[in-house]
Amino acid sequence: MLQKIYDWVDERLDITPMWRDIADHEVPEHVNPAHHFSAFVYCFGGLTFFVTVIQILSGMFLTMYYVPDIIHAYESVYFLQNEVTHGVIVRGMHHWGASLVIVMMFLHTLRVFFTGSYKKPRELNWVVGVLIFFVMLGLGFTGYLLPWDMKAYFATVVGLEIAEAAPVVGGFARVLLAGGEIIGAQTLTRFFAIHVFFLPGALLGLLGAHFYMIRKQGISGPL
Amino acid sequence: MHRGKGMKFVGDSRIPAKEHRMKNIPKDYSEYPGKTEAFWPNFLLREWMVGAVFLIGYLCLTVAHPAPLERVADPTDSGYIPLPDWYFLFLYQLLKYEFAAGQYTVIGAVVMPGIAFGALLLAPWLDNGPERRPIKRPIASSIMLLAVISIIFLTWESVAEHDWEAAAQQGAIVEDIEVDETSEAFEIWSMQQSCINCHGGDMLGGAAGPSVFQSDYTKEQVIAIIKEGAPGMPPDQFEGTEEELETLAAFIANDGQVPDEDEE
Repeated sequence: MLQKIYDWVDERLDITPMWRDIADHEVPEHVNPAHHFSAFVYCFGGLTFFVTVIQILSGMFLTMYYVPDIIHAYESVYFLQNEVTHGVIVRGMHHWGASLVIVMMFLHTLRVFFTGSYKKPRELNWVVGVLIFFVMLGLGFTGYLLPWDMKAYFATVVGLEIAEAAPVVGGFARVLLAGGEIIGAQTLTRFFAIHVFFLPGALLGLLGAHFYMIRKQGISGPL
Repeated sequence: MHRGKGMKFVGDSRIPAKEHRMKNIPKDYSEYPGKTEAFWPNFLLREWMVGAVFLIGYLCLTVAHPAPLERVADPTDSGYIPLPDWYFLFLYQLLKYEFAAGQYTVIGAVVMPGIAFGALLLAPWLDNGPERRPIKRPIASSIMLLAVISIIFLTWESVAEHDWEAAAQQGAIVEDIEVDETSEAFEIWSMQQSCINCHGGDMLGGAAGPSVFQSDYTKEQVIAIIKEGAPGMPPDQFEGTEEELETLAAFIANDGQVPDEDEE
């Protein structure tokens, strides 16, 4: 049955080559922990992606309850945390996932750096990877404000003060992020929009480029 | 390559036969002799197992430590000591040093992180030799090691300097306390000018003291604190009879309500 459905689609869309592009390749020995245990360092990138997927899924569920306005934001998070079935788990996964993704990405960056994997011809993939790093930090910064509790609010105040210290563009960046002079209602909706639409959009594009390049170029050889 | 099932599309606007298309042959790793393994399904299964173990640890963490939530944001509370998420601590800590704070803030906030992240972004061109082993490119490796050590050090310093107890207290969710202002005990409170000066006329905290209901003390503990004082609070400020003191202490221990007789 499945085979028939596959054939039906394949006859119209010719999907076999796409499938082969994605999954049909060999994994060399030097990155396979089954052959060399030390090759576990090559798992960090995959785990970063794994946590990213969890972040996207848990974030989607969080938005089913979260309300991005200063009157209701805190109440909705409190409700989510204390009343909603498994809400504490979903929010907990999103909270800890944010830290794990940073840790895993940091380790992945170090692995790529110390194996010299960013050298020709893989320079562009390194640049895209560092951009992903920045986007992730941006996601962490904007997501921190959303519960609208004390530490969220004052961490954002400090963060925006630091942004303001930048010469020339500082004031502009601050107003752009805060949505005005006051850190308040506008800031929360802006951070929500950045956290849920702008940065994830950029992230998915960059991840696509990252994976396309690694498939195109293959993984770097052993040292 | 014969594409697909050789079907013809009516009014086909696609780019015709891509003869120059890269052939779909797996990368050749024969120059690195060894045992390669098919990604699908063999290697993916192993990755899946690593992912499952990782997920179990992740879920244990989530269950053991629920995500924190402090009280609702109060922009007027200027005494709050802010703290960013832990992975920004090293940047935050940098701004506390003299050479990167005050009139030099721009150095700590922009110049130093800018150089560090800029160098990270441009690493392939800064370190463009053919050597890949870290030991064969000592400059790049030692700069990276130095950067990692600095990040760990700054984060460590920031954690060590932060007053975690005060932080937990300043953000704690305060229970809604309704003080029974018609009670005898509240009348006794109203006559204690010394108490009111710090803890406020409504008992919920004032200029120099917190709400009297902040900690969950028993009646006996409340009496002891009033008589003997506490850090930042002088002893023996109560003016009245021993009986009045007991009434007030019971009222405080019972979160602002007159306790039921049988509870005694």
